Amino acid sequence: MALKESPSQTAGPYVHIGCTPQTAGLEQRSMGAQLGGEVAQEEAITLDITVLDGAGDPVRDALIEIWQAGSEGRAGHWGRQAADLETGLAHFTACKPGAAEGQTPHILVWIVARGINLGLTTRVYFPDENNTSDPVFGLAGDRAETMVAERTNAGYAHVIHLQGPEETVFFDV
Amino acid sequence: MPEGPFAPRDLAWHPPALYPEYRSSRLRSPQRPLIQMPQTRTECTGPVFSRQDIGPLDDDLIQNYAASGQTAQGPRIIVHGRLMDEDARPVPGKLIEIWQANAGGRYRHVNDGYLAPLDDNFGGCGRCISDEDGSYRFRTILPGPYPWPNGGNDWRPAHIHFSVFGDGFAQRLVTQMYFEGDPHIALCPIVQSIPSKDAVDRLVARLDMEATVPMDIRAYRFDIVLRGRRATVFENQMEGT
Repeated sequence: MALKESPSQTAGPYVHIGCTPQTAGLEQRSMGAQLGGEVAQEEAITLDITVLDGAGDPVRDALIEIWQAGSEGRAGHWGRQAADLETGLAHFTACKPGAAEGQTPHILVWIVARGINLGLTTRVYFPDENNTSDPVFGLAGDRAETMVAERTNAGYAHVIHLQGPEETVFFDV
Repeated sequence: MPEGPFAPRDLAWHPPALYPEYRSSRLRSPQRPLIQMPQTRTECTGPVFSRQDIGPLDDDLIQNYAASGQTAQGPRIIVHGRLMDEDARPVPGKLIEIWQANAGGRYRHVNDGYLAPLDDNFGGCGRCISDEDGSYRFRTILPGPYPWPNGGNDWRPAHIHFSVFGDGFAQRLVTQMYFEGDPHIALCPIVQSIPSKDAVDRLVARLDMEATVPMDIRAYRFDIVLRGRRATVFENQMEGT
């Protein structure tokens, strides 16, 4: 390696200005459109993600991105949402990913926020799949259930715990 | 585009998740070690952007929020450099997003209530796509330092936030750029969360007189490096070893 990766720094509390300007309250004067709002048209599902800190409070300034295969199993759909500045809820419209390369359906989730020094990568798996056969799921051992979303009337919901007994699995990818 | 997995991330080069002097990290840092995983197609791929996705003034923060015939207040600067990987190969066609405070150190954000006034002509949001040779360029104004709540008398050095995409999500990076000679760099717990001086130095942009436009605008140079590729099996495994 001739060079070293640029070291990471926190996105800080005002990440919205750069990544989701509408959340920051920027009227779009001469700027292009906000990116990453809608993910997929095919077989849409909803995925509500909440990130909780070590005190159990929602991380209201989080920026969350998802990356997933399409329903046919090939990459990929990208989505980006800011957590709601009041509730901390990030609402995605996604599609149920297909299985690919011996893995069960999953969604990559990437999180940055104030206080997060290096973006965190985890996955969301689905409760109605046989995840134990998935090689990455298996790496997490008895903590793997922290990656499984909950089925709700409206779609899926998932709570990510940054700390504590239910701390979510994060990966060194 | 080169295929194949990315080189491992040197976690000791990056800030640790918990850096108590940066107060916000205390409740937001995972306490268990990251779990190593093999990169799959999911991590080796990522979204693809093009110039059609962004607006023509997105790389010009002096103008992109300004009323007709006006410009943002503050020292005019170009911020430019190259997006490369650790093998010094250019990383073309990638989305680079920046955000920053105005010349007085105030962000245009619903949650920023700092005393310094907003500038009607400055939004603080910029985007561009890296060129074929990995180069990128923004026009903006020099952001001001500002105080922030961290339990003491803490001031951020002047900085610009960067969000960068690579070929795959494994390369995704968010960082901050600082300015050569700023005495706040040595005092800031966010900067000092980076373990080595050498690594901090990679985030300090240099005044670039060659790219400065006389009687118009100064330039700062800031190269951005993403993770490289793992050496191939062929290169790794010599016959007989």
